Amino acid sequence: MIYNIPYIAVVALILIGLYAVIFKRNLIKIVIGITLIESGVNLFLITLAYRQDSIAPIYHGEISRLMSLPVPHALTLTSIVIGVAVLALMLSLVIHIYRHYGTLDARKIGREEE
Amino acid sequence: MNLETIITHSPALIVAVPLLGAFLTPLVGKINDKLRNVFVILTVGLTTFFVFLLANDIFSSGNIRTYVFGGGTPITDGGFAIRILFEVDGLNAFMAIIASILALACVIYSWAFMKENTGLDKYYTLILLMVAGMFGMILTGDMFNFFVFLEITSISSCVLIAFWTNKGKAVDAGFKYIVISATGALFILFAIAILYSQYNALNMAFLANSIQYTFLDKIALVLLIAGLAMKAGIVPMHMWLPDAYGRAPSSVTLILVGATQVSLYGVLRMTFTLYGSQLTIPLKQIGDTSITMNGLLGITLIALALITILVGVLMALKQTDFKRLIAFAAVGEIGYIVLAIGAGLTAMGTSYGNMAFRGGIFHIINDALDVGLLFLVAGAIYYATKQTSLNQMGGLSRNMKYTTVFFLIGLLAVAGMPPMNGFASKLLIYQSTYQVNPIIAIVAILCSILLLAVFVKVFHSAFLGPKLPKFKDVKDVPKSMLLAMGIIACFIIFFGLFPEFVVNNLVKPAADAIINNTNYITTVIGGAVP
Repeated sequence: MIYNIPYIAVVALILIGLYAVIFKRNLIKIVIGITLIESGVNLFLITLAYRQDSIAPIYHGEISRLMSLPVPHALTLTSIVIGVAVLALMLSLVIHIYRHYGTLDARKIGREEE
Repeated sequence: MNLETIITHSPALIVAVPLLGAFLTPLVGKINDKLRNVFVILTVGLTTFFVFLLANDIFSSGNIRTYVFGGGTPITDGGFAIRILFEVDGLNAFMAIIASILALACVIYSWAFMKENTGLDKYYTLILLMVAGMFGMILTGDMFNFFVFLEITSISSCVLIAFWTNKGKAVDAGFKYIVISATGALFILFAIAILYSQYNALNMAFLANSIQYTFLDKIALVLLIAGLAMKAGIVPMHMWLPDAYGRAPSSVTLILVGATQVSLYGVLRMTFTLYGSQLTIPLKQIGDTSITMNGLLGITLIALALITILVGVLMALKQTDFKRLIAFAAVGEIGYIVLAIGAGLTAMGTSYGNMAFRGGIFHIINDALDVGLLFLVAGAIYYATKQTSLNQMGGLSRNMKYTTVFFLIGLLAVAGMPPMNGFASKLLIYQSTYQVNPIIAIVAILCSILLLAVFVKVFHSAFLGPKLPKFKDVKDVPKSMLLAMGIIACFIIFFGLFPEFVVNNLVKPAADAIINNTNYITTVIGGAVP
C-alpha cells in the first residue's frame, strides 16, 4: 500500500487538473489546472525511476550499490523545461486577453461582433 | 559528397536545416528584409529538396531508412540501447511530402501577404520552427522525441495563431489552442510513461515488438488516441479549430492544416505500428460472435467520424465569416479521413479494408491541398478587400480573375467533384465504407453534396453578382500569392487527372506500412541498424 501512494497522488493531481481545465471559468485557474496535470505526469515519471535500495545515478566514491537508470530523470527534466515554456506562453496570452477585454471570465471573452 | 551520402543523411538534415534557419533568420533580418525573405524561401526549398530526394529513394526501392543519434550498446542486460532513432518508411515519406509542399507554399505566400506587418523576423522564425517540429514528428521513431517535437509544433503554432495580437479574438483563439494542445500533449506524455514503465524502452519499433497488450497498454492506447485526436480536431474536441483557423493569418492557417494532418499521422503510427500485431485478438466471446479489438476501435472511430462530418458540414452551412466557414468544412474533411481509418480497422485484412486505408491516406494529402487552397483564397480576398464577412462581399470575380479560378478549383476539389483530386479519394472511401455498411456511405455522400452546396453559396455571394462600388479599386493580389496558390492548384489538378499514378506510387507504400508493421519492426530489431 505504502508504495502505491505516489501513484494515487499522480491520479489525484491529474484529475484535479482536468477538473480545473474543464469546469473553471477563470483563465488563470485553467492555467493552474494544466500545471497540475503536468506535475502529475512528472511525478509519475519520477516514481517510475525509483528502485528499492538503489542510489541516484551520480558517482561519489561509493560505487558498490546499484544505481537507478537515469532515463526517466532526463525525460522529466525535458518535460519540466517544456512545461515552463508553455506556462510562460499561456500567461502572456492571458495578459493580452486581459488588456483587450478587461476580464478573465471565459464566458465574456471573444463574444464581440466585429 | 555523392547523392547516396546526401540521402543517407537527409532524415537528419530535413529537421536540422529549418531548425538552424529559424535561429539564423533574425540575424539575416538585421541586414535586409528582402534578403531575409529569400533566405527563408531558400531554407524551406532546400528542405523540400531533401524531402523529395528521400521520398524518391523510399518509394522507388521500398526500403526503410534509419538514422541513428547516439551509441548502440545497451546499458541494461538484454535491453535496448537508449538513443534516438529516426525511421522513415512509406508513410513517413508520404507525410513529409505533404508538409514540405504546404511549407513551401506558405513561405512564398507570406512574402506579399504579411508585407505590411511588423515583427516579421519573429514570424519567419516561428514558421521555420513549426516546420522543423512537423518534420521531426513525422520522421522520428522514438516516442519521447515525438512528444518533444509535438510541443515545439504546438508552442510555435500557438504564437502564430495569436500573431495579430491587436485583435482580441485572435489572442482568444491562441489561448484555446494552447490549452487543448498542452492537455493533449500531457496525455501523450502520460501514455509514453506508461509504456516505458512496462518495456523499458522508448523506441517505437522495439515497443511494437514487445507489446503484450496488458490492461495498462489499453489505457495507454486510449490516452494516445485521445491526446492526438484533440490536436487533430475530431468532434468533440473540435471547438478550438474554427477559431484558430479563422483568426490566424491565412499563411499560418495553411501550415496549421499540415500540423493537424501530422497529428492524424500520429494516430495512424501509434495505432497501427505500435499496437498493429495485437489489434485482431478477440477481447470477449458472446455467443457465436467474438468482439475483437479492431472491430471495437473501428466502430468507435466510425461513430466519431460521422459526428465530425455532420457537425463540420452543418455548422459550415450557417457561417457568414469566410474563413470560419472553410474551417468548419475542414473539420468535416478530417471526419472523412477518420471514417476511412475506422472502416479500414473494422474490415482489417480484407481487400476493401485495404482500399479504405488507401482512400483515407490519399484523402490526407487531398484534404491538406484543397482546404489549404481555399484558405489561401480567403486570405487573398482579405488582402484585397479587408473584408472577412460574406455579407459584405460581391462581384469580386470581375476584379480578381485568377483568384476566382483558384477558388473554383478548390471548391470542386473539396466537394469531391471530378476531375479534381477530392473525387478520387472520396470515391475510394465511399466504395470501401459501402462494404462495411451502406448507411455510412450514404451519409458520407450526402454530406459531400451539402459541402458543395455550402461552397456554391460562397461562390455566389462573394464572386458573382454586380460590381460593388466600394470594390471599384480592388486589384488582383500580388504575384507571390498567386504563385503559392498556383503551386497547390497544380498539385490538385495533377492528382485529380492521374489518381492511378498517385495511388500506386505514393499511397500504396504508405498504406502497406499501415497494414503490415513487420518491416518497420525488423529493420530495427533485426540488427540492420548499427
